[in-house]
Amino acid sequence: MNTLAKITLTETKLALRTPGFVIGGLVLPTAITAVLGAIPAIRADSETPTGMRFLDAWVPSMVVLTIAMMGLQAIPGIIASYREQGILRRFATTPVHPAQLLVAQLIINVTVTIGGVGILLVTAGVVFDVPTPRHPVGFLLTFVLGTTAIFGLGLIAASVAKTSRAAGGIALIAYLPIMFLGGVYLPRPLLPEAIRDIGAYIPPGVKALEDAWTGAGAQPLQLAVLAAFAVGSCVVAAKLFRWE
Amino acid sequence: MPLIEVTNLRKTYGEHVAVDDVSFHVEQGEIFGILGTNGAGKTTTVECLQGLRTPDSGTMAVLGLDPGKDHTALRQRLGSQLQESRLPDKIKVHEALDLYASFYANPADTGDLLAKLGLTGQRDKYFGKLSGGQKQRVSIALALVGRPEVAVLDELTTGLDPHARRDTWKLVEAVRDTGVTVLLVTHFMDEAERLCDRLAIFDAGRVVATGTPGELRDRAGKSTLDEAFVTLTGRD
Repeated sequence: MNTLAKITLTETKLALRTPGFVIGGLVLPTAITAVLGAIPAIRADSETPTGMRFLDAWVPSMVVLTIAMMGLQAIPGIIASYREQGILRRFATTPVHPAQLLVAQLIINVTVTIGGVGILLVTAGVVFDVPTPRHPVGFLLTFVLGTTAIFGLGLIAASVAKTSRAAGGIALIAYLPIMFLGGVYLPRPLLPEAIRDIGAYIPPGVKALEDAWTGAGAQPLQLAVLAAFAVGSCVVAAKLFRWE
Repeated sequence: MPLIEVTNLRKTYGEHVAVDDVSFHVEQGEIFGILGTNGAGKTTTVECLQGLRTPDSGTMAVLGLDPGKDHTALRQRLGSQLQESRLPDKIKVHEALDLYASFYANPADTGDLLAKLGLTGQRDKYFGKLSGGQKQRVSIALALVGRPEVAVLDELTTGLDPHARRDTWKLVEAVRDTGVTVLLVTHFMDEAERLCDRLAIFDAGRVVATGTPGELRDRAGKSTLDEAFVTLTGRD
């Protein structure tokens, strides 16, 4: 087994022993959707201009929740705590670069994100007849760019924070508005139009997800902005990151 | 040729001069002590040798390698136990050993290593559940798992009770007896006196004296290393 695989396997075991974020990422978005879906009024056909049911409009917000939870809460916490405890520094004295530990953590948390969104899509589709994305390529592209941008922001928080507690606090600066604009706190159809428009361009691109899902497809400008966020946040994180 | 050779090492952090004109050498097979109070520049010096920091000036050779340039080759042959470095609480002892063993070209048998360090019974325990002494022994095991030629042990017994300290000292001697050269960083006079073949006394970023514990006592005209340290650092 190569070193990265060995590290990833060990880190996966550790993640499963304190499984808060793994369970949260895999189950919470689907569970919230299921609870809402159990309310007849929410899954009933609505008279909104788009003809979308409330539940159909809700699912993209749960994709936002999944990405934000893993990228802005799980990742900053674990990386900052590994630095705080000297684990990254300890790695630096071995023949293996501590970047491998970072990569292992990214693999685990991105996998949970993908798994959580997958479970959400399948459950929403099978149980509540939420249609699958009409433009799968645009959806996938938005998901990849949005996830990269959010994880980049999470790594920035992990870079500037001295402790894991501080990393969580700093990440919250991005987490709260992203969750709000993403319609997790208040469903997007109920948000004022101006705020909905802002949400179109803030990662992970909830409007692009919606458009790819039920509309005319993700707009090039939205994707370009997301790509810029993705590249920008990763470059800044790489510049700011300290191993100790 | 000495195993470790440090010449005129200097390292500053902004205005603060952490290490200033430090020179010493370590011979193969000895326990060499770096003794000094907190902030004397001990850890910075060792971090330069480990390739974790780049000195401002001066030269270093460890096993004939330059820690700055050849750190990949050096890290296969240099084992480290770091001050204030932990493992995740939920990692099991044998998992940590197996993981770190996989980093090295020619690792030790982890079962043997655990037995030598008296950790066989803790093999399946979580790191977070171990006593302070057991955690330190795991930390030593990780420093030795790559079969290093040099082991750097930094503040090994800080926070341990007297029994655990003495057990740890015996371990360090056992490590040296297997042919590993030990670089021991400590602020405990009794530890340095008991363990070190030779040592360098650090004060305010400089080496104020080098020699065997006996030579240092004689030079200061004192009967204990503790008193000699106070005299040699000019604080009496």
